Amino acid sequence: MRHRLLVAAIGVLALLGGAVTYVVQARDGGAAENAVPVVTGQPMGLDGRTLFFRNLADGPDSGKLAAVSVGSPAAARRVGELRCDRFAAARRTAVCLRLKPGSLPPLTELIVLDVNLRERHRTTLPGTPSRARVSPDGRIVNWTLFVSGDSYAASGFSTRTGLYEVDTGKLLKSVEELAVFVGGKRYFAADVNYWGITFGADSNKFYMTMASKGKTYLIEADYRAYRGTAIAENVECPSLSPDGRRIAYKQKVSNGVWRLAVLDLATRRVTHPPESRLLDDQPVWKDNSTLLYPLRNAANSLDIWSVGLTTPPDLLIPDATSPSLS
Amino acid sequence: MYLASVGPLRTAPLRRVPGNVVALGIVSLVTDVSAEMVTAILPLYLVFGLGLNPLQFGLLDGLYAGATAVLRLAGGHVADRWRRLKTVAGVGYALSAIAKLGFLAAGASVPAIGVVLAVDRAGKGIRTAPRDALISLSSEPSTMGRSFGVHRALDTIGAFLGPLVATAVLWASLNDYNSVFVTSFALATCGVIILTAFVRDRAPEPAPVRERLPVLRLLKEPNFRRCCVWAAALGLFTITDSFVYLAVQRRWEIGTSLFPLLPLGTAGTFLLLAIPLGRLGDRIGRWKVFLGGHLALVLALLIVCGPVGSWWLVLALHGVFYAATDGVLPAAVGPLLPEHLRASGLAVLQTGQALARMAAAVTVGLLWTLWDLRPAILAITVALTAVTVAAAVFKPLEVRR
Repeated sequence: MRHRLLVAAIGVLALLGGAVTYVVQARDGGAAENAVPVVTGQPMGLDGRTLFFRNLADGPDSGKLAAVSVGSPAAARRVGELRCDRFAAARRTAVCLRLKPGSLPPLTELIVLDVNLRERHRTTLPGTPSRARVSPDGRIVNWTLFVSGDSYAASGFSTRTGLYEVDTGKLLKSVEELAVFVGGKRYFAADVNYWGITFGADSNKFYMTMASKGKTYLIEADYRAYRGTAIAENVECPSLSPDGRRIAYKQKVSNGVWRLAVLDLATRRVTHPPESRLLDDQPVWKDNSTLLYPLRNAANSLDIWSVGLTTPPDLLIPDATSPSLS
Repeated sequence: MYLASVGPLRTAPLRRVPGNVVALGIVSLVTDVSAEMVTAILPLYLVFGLGLNPLQFGLLDGLYAGATAVLRLAGGHVADRWRRLKTVAGVGYALSAIAKLGFLAAGASVPAIGVVLAVDRAGKGIRTAPRDALISLSSEPSTMGRSFGVHRALDTIGAFLGPLVATAVLWASLNDYNSVFVTSFALATCGVIILTAFVRDRAPEPAPVRERLPVLRLLKEPNFRRCCVWAAALGLFTITDSFVYLAVQRRWEIGTSLFPLLPLGTAGTFLLLAIPLGRLGDRIGRWKVFLGGHLALVLALLIVCGPVGSWWLVLALHGVFYAATDGVLPAAVGPLLPEHLRASGLAVLQTGQALARMAAAVTVGLLWTLWDLRPAILAITVALTAVTVAAAVFKPLEVRR
């Protein structure tokens, strides 16, 4: 009995010791050297000529916000200290979403940044970061978070989309009170989910995805009147082009498979840029004819690609996600 | 190791509980910490850590619910057949421990994660029946309710600690999910070590005659058969936990960030009452307490649908339901079963109950979609009341104590 007790105690102590060691070494995390050239200490700001992204290359700066000049995307990445899971910027405003460490249920920190990427406002919301955008004039910051536990299937997820007016400080935690019309009739359903907002240049007209009863709709909405209309189906994660004429989105091919598509708002014609790989994000317009988006690579990381409406895709920045221009 | 239960009723409950039951309870406690810490982070890990979309996760999660039921029957049968309850339970615990490391190996491959989840659930399915049979065989028939109460209380402490440990590990490791899996593996393996070192196998007496499927003969026993039938019939109208929490959230408009904390209310009451209600069952009759638990659930559901009451009362009654049923049922049925068939018999009983509850979940989901949540709950409450009353009138013959 005593022998058994001793052996068991040694076994338990060895296992617990091993676990503690593992946890402690995980703090230092991964590689000590950056796998890609990185420049630190350089100023980063919203100067209208910069491409921002989340750096995913192995190394101590993995997970940090990085920037390159739009003209030379292959140059060394400038990194600061800001860590974001999702980042977006427009004009003089940027937004950083990040999962709060050690929070169960998960919480997201929403940080609004000014033109020099200094913190202007911070708030904590339930859920995990999914999408983030800033309206073209920089006045409205919006986001989508995944929230679990809302649905009766214990494992089910739902999305919660909210926005924040930078000038007035008005915070709208969820847009689900929006009056939505489908086929001319006010639409009511308990299972409605919204995600992926994109604002027009006037910071009033906006588009987003609404899902209900197995269908997804493209909602065109008016912010001041606070009402929306379903104008198309099977459009997820819309992104309005700078000239306001087209919407790029991910189009569902089958369960869990999406491809890049572009809807012309005037003619309602859908075209497909020459990109057939699986896309699961909200695309970003670089200009009126070029789209940026992350794709999963062989190492299960993400790369940022660029594609023209008719010209073939280019690998723009390897090991990077959440592209944004400003 | 076997501390027989003698002495006055007032001494501390743990001291008069067989050492084997306490040891099994501690194994369950440690294993539950391990399991619940993974459960707490899994959705986060899959969707956020690996970038699976929620739909893929939903498919993975729903995949293996039915498979464990069959494995529970197999675990019970094998344990009885070879008279090795501890070994079979140990294999189940070990499988679940290994699965925790499997998450590291699986990476972001969806099929590999599916296999890991399957192994984990298989371990849980295999170990449950031999473990309950061990508790049952290690206890005096007259105090079996208390033994199961002690085991379930220890088990629940583990479930409480799991998410807390996960949070602590995430915080200490700066959100490193692998650290959670490694810690969970270490704890699960500690559970296997404690089982190996401190739990005595209580080999049931050999079967008088070899039969191919002795369980079939068991079902011809009127007492056991009635217990199984009534447990399953009640299970058919037992609303699943997530619906209860969802109804509570709707009724009192509880903030969604607090929603994941609702189960703690139920678990807390369960923890406090598992032992007292187990002992009450020993004294006034376990079947009565078991049915009383269902009445507590009926009451909880009526409060959810009614104009008065508050959310904590519902959660407390929901906890009473668990404390009066979860350990009390195997304690009630154990003594009806011959020793050499105890694991198989308990497996049949619990599998029937589990399958019935799955059917209930589907039914409520369907009614909810058709009629909305409140009418769905009211309908199932009426049905549950009727079956509970019927089960009290046509009670099994020998569970009258």
